Amino acid sequence: MSNEPDNNINPNNMNPEERRILIPGSPINPRREFLRSAALFTGTVAALGGGLEVLTRRPGVGSAEAQGTAFAQAARPLGPYDTKEAVTSYQQATTYNNFYELGTDKADPARNAATLKPRPWTVKIDGEVKKPQTVDIDTLQSWFPLEDRIYRMRCVEGWSMVMPWLGFPLAGLIRRLEPTSKAKYIQFTALLDTKQFPGQKSNVLDWPYTEALRLDEALNPLAFMAVGLHGKVLPGQNGAPLRLVVPWKYGFKGIKSIVKITLTEKQPKTTWMLAAPSEYGFYANVNPDVPHPRWSQATERRIGELGRRKTLPFNGYADEVAGLYKGMDLRKNF
Amino acid sequence: MSVGEARQTPPTAKAPGKSPYQPKRKAASLGWLVPAVTLGGLLPVAVLIWDAYTGALGANPIQRATLQTGLLTLTLLVASLACTPIRLLTGWKWPARIRKALGLLAFGYAVLHFLIYLFDHGFSLGVMFEDVLKRPFVTVGFTALVLLVPLALTSGKNSVKKLGFQKWTRLHQLVYLAVAFGALHYYWGVKKDHVPPLIYVGVIAVLFALRFIKRKPTKKTGPGKISPA
Repeated sequence: MSNEPDNNINPNNMNPEERRILIPGSPINPRREFLRSAALFTGTVAALGGGLEVLTRRPGVGSAEAQGTAFAQAARPLGPYDTKEAVTSYQQATTYNNFYELGTDKADPARNAATLKPRPWTVKIDGEVKKPQTVDIDTLQSWFPLEDRIYRMRCVEGWSMVMPWLGFPLAGLIRRLEPTSKAKYIQFTALLDTKQFPGQKSNVLDWPYTEALRLDEALNPLAFMAVGLHGKVLPGQNGAPLRLVVPWKYGFKGIKSIVKITLTEKQPKTTWMLAAPSEYGFYANVNPDVPHPRWSQATERRIGELGRRKTLPFNGYADEVAGLYKGMDLRKNF
Repeated sequence: MSVGEARQTPPTAKAPGKSPYQPKRKAASLGWLVPAVTLGGLLPVAVLIWDAYTGALGANPIQRATLQTGLLTLTLLVASLACTPIRLLTGWKWPARIRKALGLLAFGYAVLHFLIYLFDHGFSLGVMFEDVLKRPFVTVGFTALVLLVPLALTSGKNSVKKLGFQKWTRLHQLVYLAVAFGALHYYWGVKKDHVPPLIYVGVIAVLFALRFIKRKPTKKTGPGKISPA
């Protein structure tokens, strides 16, 4: 016991771990070392893998519940403006949306739609009309018999859907509003309310969202006001309770959750024009020959399909609308 | 992107006047570290496949997969760039050990991102070249990928020997250019919500600045100036 240190450590009283740590040259307990390494290994895998998932994964929305009641509907033959193409499912049409007022991710609108209260709701009608008025959405809806329209919808981002809308032609509404002779344009304004639209707390766009059409575009029989989708009341994420549908234009022209309709003499500025004038024009007609400055518009992915398909001029509605733009340089008036 | 640093074993400090029963354990083995980082770094691939199978990628799965693999590339590149500053600031040894793995994982995700893009366009080289030539957003992303190729090819220890430490270090400084192009690619690719790409830009800028601040006090050792890559 000559090399027994003076501080009363007796190796015989130690447990193996103490012996291992305190006595030089003690063998490292291999089992313990293995367990330690295994725990650190597992922890590191979980921490790195989990961290990467948190930073990069943007899960979609599993399912969207149908909102409101279904409209009473009888089966009907396809109308003259309906496409025969396969309709995008309700699930897909209501979980993949651009609606920055409810969040910038595609799945955000479906997640956050409950904050939007589409009733009670009024629409203010002003500008170059004979009788400016504020009308309740249910009254406005009751003015017209509801129609189905199965339209292609092409987003400026290069994807498309086939949407079975319910609503009424915009032309009928405009005629009822009796525009004055000065009216040349129709402007739409969406709801401005950070409570119902939490996305408006961010200044990603200049709120409220506004859109506009030339009056002759708005009077085209294709231009449509939608209040329903897939036979059901329009869900919040798709623009409840009232939205514009102009199928020959990029989807962002289809302003959602409209609270104001103004007829004007001068061409109004629109939200995306103001946000990026070099990328988004007033007309925003679907045009495979005019690329977006950052990507091609020649092809699109139909949601539900893996490959891409060719994008058609005016989104396939050239016969109906090409005449509106006769003599115009569509490269300049993009 | 690689471990080019000399590994030192920590000197066993023997404080005088202490009991001879000093813990004389070997430094804990870090053999598990690189396999763990590799597996953890590949975990998102498994989740991505699972998400595709269950439909959790949403209505436009290819767009989601493209976005996620791009983000993974940037995140892992940033992580690999953070290794040296963390090591210098904390004195920890482990960041240097995982730098190469993180860099190679980033490269792997960049290749996957590119393959998904090609798949998206039916593997049409015509579309690819048109995009690369005409659309700056694609040009910078493609450039970043091209810049990463020589780095991935020279990530092994043999390459450090072959090229010499200085040359190798110079070459691997390209990673800063690659990550800058990568962040620009992300920024230009976003339609309007520029906050997420700007967060990456900010982190990259901080890491870049740290390298300059930390570069000064390096001592001259031997013939060449040894500075951390």
